[in-house]
Order: sequence, then C-alpha cells, then structure tokens
Amino acid sequence: SSSGDEALRDKRARILSRGLPKQKPIEGVKQVVVVASGKGGVGKSTTAVNIALALAANDSAKEIGLLDADIYGPSIPKMMNLKGNPELTPKNLMRPLKNYGIACMSMGFLIEETAPVVWRGLMVMSAVEKLLRQVDWGQLDYLVIDMPPGTGDVQLSVSQNIPIAGAVIVSTPQDVALLDAHKGAEMFRKVHVPVLGLVQNMSVFQCPKCKHETHIFGTDGVKDLAKTLGLDILGDVPLHINIRETCDSGQPVVISQPQSDA
Amino acid sequence: TPAERANLAGVRHIVLVLSGKGGVGKSTLSTELALALRHAGKRVGILDVDLCGPSIPRMLRVQDSAVHQCDSGWVPVFVGQDKAIALMSIGFLLERPDDAVVWRGPKKNALIKQFVTDVAWGELDFLIVDTPPGTSDEHISTVEALRPHQLLGAVLVTTPQ
Repeated sequence: SSSGDEALRDKRARILSRGLPKQKPIEGVKQVVVVASGKGGVGKSTTAVNIALALAANDSAKEIGLLDADIYGPSIPKMMNLKGNPELTPKNLMRPLKNYGIACMSMGFLIEETAPVVWRGLMVMSAVEKLLRQVDWGQLDYLVIDMPPGTGDVQLSVSQNIPIAGAVIVSTPQDVALLDAHKGAEMFRKVHVPVLGLVQNMSVFQCPKCKHETHIFGTDGVKDLAKTLGLDILGDVPLHINIRETCDSGQPVVISQPQSDA
Repeated sequence: TPAERANLAGVRHIVLVLSGKGGVGKSTLSTELALALRHAGKRVGILDVDLCGPSIPRMLRVQDSAVHQCDSGWVPVFVGQDKAIALMSIGFLLERPDDAVVWRGPKKNALIKQFVTDVAWGELDFLIVDTPPGTSDEHISTVEALRPHQLLGAVLVTTPQ
C-alpha cells in the first residue's frame, strides 16, 4: 500500500540521517549565500568578492561578511587586500579582518602565503567548522561563502552544517566548465540547497585596440544550461582585463570602477 | 603485493600534472601532452583522477564509452586516432555524464587506489595522471598509491594571473 511504502521511506530516511551532523545556524548571521561552481578557475572568488561589495554598496545599512572556504587555494586575502593573523576575542573567537566594510575570514590568514595545505578530508572538515563557528561574525545580514572547486568534503560540510539561503553557480560558457557546473547544481539539489541561479562569467572578450568581440569560451553555453536546469541567469560578466587587474591588486572592480561595464 | 604491482609493472614512466589553482588547463595540457607523446611514437595512457569534474573523456569525445572487466582488472578505454591511448576516468563509471560525484575523502581514496592497481594498463612508455585543483585527498592518495612505482615527476600548470 502506498501509505505503508511512504512510512517505510520516512523511517529509512530518518535512520540514514541519524549519523549526519545537525544543521545549526551561525549566531548573528541572517542569511548565507554560497558561491560555487564545480569547475575551477571560472571566477568564483572574483564573483563572491564583487557580490559582497555590491550588496554593501546597494544598502549601506546592511552588514556583510565574506568567508573564504577554499582551504587549498584561498584567494580572498589577495583580492580584498588583507593580510595578517586574526586576533582572538576574550571568548576565544577569531575576529574577522575588515576591508571596504566587509568582514572577511579565510584560511589564507592562518597560514603563510606560499604554504600548501595538503590535508585529507577529515582535517579539512574540522578547519571549515572552525572558520564557520569560531569566528566573531557579529550581526550580519548576509554571509557570502566562496566555495572551492569540486563537489567534495568542503561543499558537503558547509551544506550539512549550516542552513543556506541559496547558492549561486558561476560558470564560463565552455563545455567542460558547464559539465562541472551541472554537477555542482546537481550536488546542491542532493543536499537540498536552493540554487538562486547561474552567473555566466568570461562571456566575451573585447579587444582593447579594435573593439572586436571574441567569444573565447563559446557563446550562450550558460544560458542553455540555465534553460535545461530551469534556473535564472543572474548575471553576464565579460572577460575584461580590468576585472583581473583589480582583483590581483586587491581593489575589486565594484569598488575601484563602479561605473564600468564590468 | 605482487598483484598490485602487476598492473603498473609495464608502465615505464609516470607523470603527474598538477596546479593548485583550478581552471588553468591541467586536463587540456594532459590530453595534448599524451597526444604529442603518441605522435612521437610512444605508448601512452591517461589516468584522470579528477573524480568531481572528469573532463578528459569529453575532450577525447569518448564520454559515452563504458569500461569492461578482464581477468587482470578493468580494461581502459582506448582513444585517439589510432585508438592506442589508454584512458581511465570516473566519467566512464557514471550512469549519466551529468551525474554528480559528491563523495568525502575516504570513498575517493578507495576509488583512486582501485584506479591505480586494478586497471590493466599493459605496456606503456608514459602514464599521464591528470589531477583536480587543490592539494587534497586525490593528490595524497594518488602519490601514495603510486609510490612503489616509477614516478617520473610532476608538471605544474599555471596562468600568469
């Protein structure tokens, strides 16, 4: 009977979920948005940084935090022009470093710039836990989390540990990137995190001399994927040397060139 | 164990392709390197240990292939113009190419060990190992599993950014 089947499925789901960590919100943080992709090098950190800054610029009353969950390759310190070890509060929580009004925390503040983090999954899990809960975030309206590439331990740890308001998936229009972005979306579906939409990055390159436009990574790949998955395109970002230059120098484009097309 | 050594016993050199950063072109370079070596007359194999984002099958247009078993283990998929490059990737084990592999470390380690010891590579001059971004489970497990064999070295790929 169908009700008997459903009861059995519910019981099974309850038993299976017993071993999983319980989701607990971070104190003081109203909404968490994660920026992920599946594929590496598509512009997650760049997008996360600029999203955080744009949220702050749109409403100066909002408090925004930025967490760099990329344990292996933390990019946020360089992009936000921040350096140094975080101080500890009397309650033994790490104080996030602030720049441009955004509270930031990253593995990059805890290790030397060139030191590799060659850790297995279990150690990474506990590091992510610390970066989430042992930080004095204060009262935040939004916490933007920059995820590492892939669909592994960090993504699972973050989504199982805290309630996430939504995920933004970044991709370039390239086939190989779209394949991984699709997997990323699939992963969020599996862990019941709503996907807010896709961002198409590096969509077109305009030659600074002759203004000729080249779609280096293909055209409309992300638009097609969005249609397949039933998601919105949240943004389309061109491949512009300004974006890369400003990130490398720690002055993200939303701050340094708010009027530009990028 | 002798059985573990057997499958890689015929491989003369193993080259790891790493980067740390994602999206710099590791898979692209691994594929081109393998094709170039094949062009130079060498016997080549590619091991794709990027479990979360296996790109190599698509790059060589074999994403719909399946792997078979023989008595020494899994048979790699043969790719390239003369079908002489041996390729193994998790991409072949997925039911659909879009399926996500959302695994924690220990499960990834187990599969990587199998990829190293249970694939019938045969006689190869070079085995190119394409890795995912980062310096994590996949990398540690791959190096550990390959330690008893002839690990020639690693090539690091990066962009100027």
